[in-house]
Amino acid sequence: MRVVRVLAYGWLFQMKMLMRSSFNSWLGVLYPLFFATVAFFMFRAGSDSKPLLYASLGAAVMGIWSNTATPAGNAMAQQRWHGTLELEVAAPVHFALVLLPLTIAMATIGIYSMIATLLWGWLAFGIDLHITDPLAFVLAVPATVVSIGALGFVLAVAFVRFRQAWALGNMLEYPVWLIAGFLVPLSLLPAWVRPISWILAPTWGIRAIRGAALAGPSYGAIGMALALGAAYVAIGVLLVHRALDAARDRGTLSLT
Amino acid sequence: MTSARVFFVGGLISFRALFSWLNPWVYIPSLLVAPVFQILLFVYIGRSAQLESDSFYVIGNGLQYAAIPCVFAMANTIAGERNQQTLGYVLITPARRLPLFLGRAVPVVTNGFFVAVFSLVVGGAIVGVHIDGSAYPPIAFVIAVSAFACTGLGLIAAGLGLIARETAVLSNIFFGALLILSGANVPLDSLPGWLRPVSDVIPLTHGIAAARKLAAGESFTAVLGLVAAEALIGVVYAGLGYTLIRGTETISRRRATLERA
Repeated sequence: MRVVRVLAYGWLFQMKMLMRSSFNSWLGVLYPLFFATVAFFMFRAGSDSKPLLYASLGAAVMGIWSNTATPAGNAMAQQRWHGTLELEVAAPVHFALVLLPLTIAMATIGIYSMIATLLWGWLAFGIDLHITDPLAFVLAVPATVVSIGALGFVLAVAFVRFRQAWALGNMLEYPVWLIAGFLVPLSLLPAWVRPISWILAPTWGIRAIRGAALAGPSYGAIGMALALGAAYVAIGVLLVHRALDAARDRGTLSLT
Repeated sequence: MTSARVFFVGGLISFRALFSWLNPWVYIPSLLVAPVFQILLFVYIGRSAQLESDSFYVIGNGLQYAAIPCVFAMANTIAGERNQQTLGYVLITPARRLPLFLGRAVPVVTNGFFVAVFSLVVGGAIVGVHIDGSAYPPIAFVIAVSAFACTGLGLIAAGLGLIARETAVLSNIFFGALLILSGANVPLDSLPGWLRPVSDVIPLTHGIAAARKLAAGESFTAVLGLVAAEALIGVVYAGLGYTLIRGTETISRRRATLERA
């Protein structure tokens, strides 16, 4: 119960913080919209038979990843700049319970972008949002957000030693857009890329959302997204232990 | 002589001091890896949408990514000074403004040129786009002109940076607009009619078109008009940017908002 309360309040607190930033609120919505607009024009002008809703849903989920990748890479550095990292590490709760709600809040902010992209597609390109299985869609969106937030948690911990971690997070934006199949079917990618796609939660998240909207029940993909999210959390918790132990040993926790 | 020193030496020193992306931990992921993945992303979207050939996207995105180093670095010549709390000192120096600000653009153009050439060569090699060796020198010239035009847009961002706080947001908006309107990924005839005139007056549109024609085997003289248009757009934007910097400098002095913005 205590764990759930820490996670819930941590998420709420971080959401309030993130929503105060014009960088997050404006750029987080606008930046994926630019790419969505290009994709809409390309799919509309092309001779492919896929419906524009295919591109609209993919572009919408791109925003969730955009809002997570760079900020999550920078999450630890930001706590250092705020001067709160030592306090959070010294808190009686496990540090993972402090960091996880932060990255999930970053992914949650991506829902703004998702809604904006779907609305933009509808208003500017006439893309109607028909949902075949509303229940699966309603479950798929939070499952995708949580699993992408969990992936951000792993990035935040993995990049702890890098002073310019935001750039590494930023670098991962395009590759995940590409190999998670947001706008490109996985069958078009080289065969060696597909196993990498399968271990990425965003791949299953977009499959779940797109499946619920276009094809019907997609509970298997929702389950895979959540299972991978749980695996990321487990990996992240193990990495947190190692990173904090190393930082304490060397006295580098507050080094920027 | 003093103006020449301010232009060349001052420009280089300020670029090295203010463009924090010169750190390899930022430069490599942001300016070498990311553009290659942007090319791959749009090549595959293009294949999925069955719209244009791979070379269309390799050339389009290779040149378009010059907008990142050019616009961001130029905008940072103001925002970076403010962050370092040196903007006031720069603006009270007796140095002439023209060499002071335009000198900062030279390293930016050079860097933008390098990033675009690297993206084009590496991106093209990965997806297997062949461009005839004889086409590379004129394409390199077109890239240099396009990087100059983009830096002109960056000067406008720098001018706005004297009265706006979020120059990173502004630079991203410029980048996004170029992504849609420059013809890097969307053929210009697929854009709505009312957007076409906008495409004609922004940096990169003519440069990208010229580079594509050169890669397709046309001679440099055949694209001279496009290159001249790109250069003219660069001159106009640089002029507008410089005028904007002088204007916003006056406004920020009058309203005492130099450090506040």
